[in-house]
Amino acid sequence: MVIECKHVWTHISGYLDGALDPGVLALVQQHLEHCEICSAILDSTRNILILTADDRVFELPLGFSQRLHARLDEEILGMTTAGSSGS
Amino acid sequence: MEELERMTMKASAIVRDEREMIASILAGQTQLFHELVRPYERSVFAMAMSFLRNQADAEDAAQEAFLKAYRNLAVFRGEAKFGTWLISITLNEARSRIRARNAAPMISIDEEPDEPGQFSPAMLRDWREIPSEALERQEVRHFLQEAIAALPEKYRTVFLLRDVDDLSTNEVAETLNISVASTKVRLHRARRMLQKSIAPGLKQLNPKRRWFQWS
Repeated sequence: MVIECKHVWTHISGYLDGALDPGVLALVQQHLEHCEICSAILDSTRNILILTADDRVFELPLGFSQRLHARLDEEILGMTTAGSSGS
Repeated sequence: MEELERMTMKASAIVRDEREMIASILAGQTQLFHELVRPYERSVFAMAMSFLRNQADAEDAAQEAFLKAYRNLAVFRGEAKFGTWLISITLNEARSRIRARNAAPMISIDEEPDEPGQFSPAMLRDWREIPSEALERQEVRHFLQEAIAALPEKYRTVFLLRDVDDLSTNEVAETLNISVASTKVRLHRARRMLQKSIAPGLKQLNPKRRWFQWS
């Protein structure tokens, strides 16, 4: 059995996640071996995932952690004090 | 299979550690909250950023989400992972700020139903060669951020949790309260949309390469 490109495209996400059934996987792999277009689409999609998963894309602003933990401290200490004074 | 088992064991250990930490915080060791949330700083910020598209607003929303998590820690039921709960707080915070801001609709690709459908991806033959070093360029980072932010919310949230935060499909489904099947379909759509939207932009950023687009 042979599958067409448009069917391979519906399986690209599953292929990248290693989530295809063995039968489907074999068909997709067989197709990819001889189809330059589909293998390029697969590679480019994989490339997108590598790039977007990189920590630098959503890099925390400079000082983010310090400001966050200072604000948390205000809250934590404030609540502790309020809790102590209320008891 | 061994890899999957290792990951499952690691995830279980994290949940166990977090439960112990939460119990200690609620028992009075409040400073442990800092350690509890440290691993989630980037995930929370990225989620807020993808909604608000502005660093200052995203930082403020992220801080508020962490504060709300602290204030409501006693009601965290512990059935789910702490991170799952924290992200749902972040989503609520970001959504409410968007409503309050009464923002103009974002530029987005048309939403599609969750059923599997026809897939006609952009074709970029040479893009497999774009290296991670390209991310040293601020405009490339900004471009990718915007491409993600422009996805319709239901695809964007799945994509961020699965492909940026590296949650499992089941964890994403649990966080968003949707089925695993819907999660997979949305993820597929998100990846396809990103490929289609990112291709022309990177072509402009890198005009010397040969580009092919197929739609």
